[in-house]
Amino acid sequence: MKPFTKVTGIVAPMDRANVDTDMIIPKQFLKSIKRTGFGKNLFDELRYLDVGQPDQECTGRPLNQDFPLNQARFQGAEILLTRKNFGCGSSREHAPWALDDYGFRCVIAPSFADIFYNNCFKNGLLPLVLSEAVVEQLFQQMYQTDGYQLTVDLQNQQVITPAGEVFDFEVDEFRRHCLLNGLDDIGLTLEQADAIKAYEAKRRENAPWLFDAVKN
Amino acid sequence: MAAKTLYDKLWDAHLVQQRDDGSALIYIDRHIVHEVTSPQAFEGLRLAGRKPWRVDSVLATPDHNVPTTVTERASGISGIEDPVSLIQVQTLDDNCDEFGIVEYKINDRRQGIVHVIGPESGACLPGMTIVCGDSHTATNGALGALAHGIGTSEVEHVLATQTLVAKKMNNMLIRVDGELVEGVTPKDVVLAIIAKIGTAGGTGYAVEFGGDVFRAMSMEGRMTVCNMAIEAGARAGMVAVDDITIDYVKGRAYAPTGEVWERAVEAWRDLKSDDGAQFDEVVVLNGADIMPQVSWGTSPEMVVGVHDNVPDPAQEPDAVKRDGMLRALEYMGLNAGQPIADIKLDRVFIGSCTNSRIEDIRAAAEVVKGRKKADSVKQAMVVPGSGLVKAQAEAEGLDKIFVAAGFEWREPGCSMCLAMNADKLGAGEHCASTSNRNFEGRQGYGGRTHLVSPAMAAAAGVAGHFVDVREFVRT
Repeated sequence: MKPFTKVTGIVAPMDRANVDTDMIIPKQFLKSIKRTGFGKNLFDELRYLDVGQPDQECTGRPLNQDFPLNQARFQGAEILLTRKNFGCGSSREHAPWALDDYGFRCVIAPSFADIFYNNCFKNGLLPLVLSEAVVEQLFQQMYQTDGYQLTVDLQNQQVITPAGEVFDFEVDEFRRHCLLNGLDDIGLTLEQADAIKAYEAKRRENAPWLFDAVKN
Repeated sequence: MAAKTLYDKLWDAHLVQQRDDGSALIYIDRHIVHEVTSPQAFEGLRLAGRKPWRVDSVLATPDHNVPTTVTERASGISGIEDPVSLIQVQTLDDNCDEFGIVEYKINDRRQGIVHVIGPESGACLPGMTIVCGDSHTATNGALGALAHGIGTSEVEHVLATQTLVAKKMNNMLIRVDGELVEGVTPKDVVLAIIAKIGTAGGTGYAVEFGGDVFRAMSMEGRMTVCNMAIEAGARAGMVAVDDITIDYVKGRAYAPTGEVWERAVEAWRDLKSDDGAQFDEVVVLNGADIMPQVSWGTSPEMVVGVHDNVPDPAQEPDAVKRDGMLRALEYMGLNAGQPIADIKLDRVFIGSCTNSRIEDIRAAAEVVKGRKKADSVKQAMVVPGSGLVKAQAEAEGLDKIFVAAGFEWREPGCSMCLAMNADKLGAGEHCASTSNRNFEGRQGYGGRTHLVSPAMAAAAGVAGHFVDVREFVRT
């Protein structure tokens, strides 16, 4: 996983609440057996005027010019600014994969859906919670300023505006550590293999019906 | 010892290691796998040279992509016309074969929707931790288990380590007191709950559903309710174990037998919140107040009773919410103040992990019996949740009732719940659907979903518009 330390980047808006994972990446693209290549279909139904198909070349498709990601001022955006309960709905990790593949490194919202929030951290994408009032303030600044950028500093847990305002944010210590260092969860967990085996042996003794029932 | 909630007990029983920062390593008893969220996880295992930790903890089946027409299914996997879907189902088969995982393949009579086959086979049992790369895994919480959806990276993590890195959630009790009015179903109960607390109301919580209504509810009804916990933002929903749970589990293919069964039942009897257990949040509804529900918008919280009107955004004080309502009305092609009963349907879908079990099929058949699908309804399809549900329904002659009424009787799968296979809505079409999500485009590009119970969907299919099924069956 690529580490996330400090990002300064253009901010793009997704100015609505309850953005669901079907909206982030529609189901027809979930048929891929790869982890990459979802970026061109991020927000597909909002971004294009036609219905997208898997494996389709997207360069010639008709664009919805009202959609921010299609506008010149938001090209190259790395930070997505949105409203509450972002990422609700399905557990599809294709949603953070699509955001990451598009080039986003961070999503700022007043709240996130649980599973999406969790999935982001596995992919070097930072879901960042700021209060509704601060998010509203950032929306205003962003709309008023072409090329509006924010700096997200995970080390110091701060968002810094171009005017130098600083907003602190919270993030779990373990997740922060993994993200800062780009650590692979599985490798870390396997260092605890003995503890897992010890637990398992006890469980097998106390609840034998949980073992060996499902077999070919 | 301090009184514990059901969730506290399940959490404590699976704790491998608690870390200082609040995160923990949790042991996973059962892992259900399907074709959409697993290929990248298996690929990850291979790339790292890892093997599944405990193969007997895993059960797999393809469900999201499988076609549901008899003709496509007749030739098994090669009958899948969409080449991209075929690759995904084939990849699941290959991965399960390679790693020695039990898989109910496409035409195995036990194949079905993951959240239907788990409890049905006895692979999912009370007291377990159960995960699957699918947000509706909470369905299994009906058994008195801790069950929730995970992403693909976590699928790989569970395969490789038999554990999850997790943080304990808060406890919420949703109590529905009293009795339901006749004709009001578990689906109506859960829709009413979501309407009350909102789609983020349960975020960060493990929800226990309690109170008289749930004590009286069947296991399949409890599954319908727990299934939609995620639509209220809660990763996990659960119901305490009682005789109804134990009777349901007894005799299932993978359930214990003999002396081990007795030991298991003794352990399961403790799977309830202790008297005096503290919940961080308690929500109370009165069962008698719940009417048959219909969703009008593009979020599962946008729900009203069948006799109500489409709400007016002008009455909504919260600007962000009002904006969402306006957008939903535009997408749905509805007007504020319009009676729900005036909404005309183009299609009816009875199925999905929410409502495709035998009780759901029976409820729909009872409404349809001796009646005909409205001519204005282009298609009404009934998609059983598994091959075993289908066989049971056919043994009861329910398939014939549907076919005689002009409803289609299909092969098991996720089908039009998320339209990953060929079953989907056309743009602008209104669908009475027993599924769980009414998001924009969920059932097909531009499709307009109305979430309802199986009986309400069946009645709408016959009438051509929404009707109160309780009045309808009397006519």
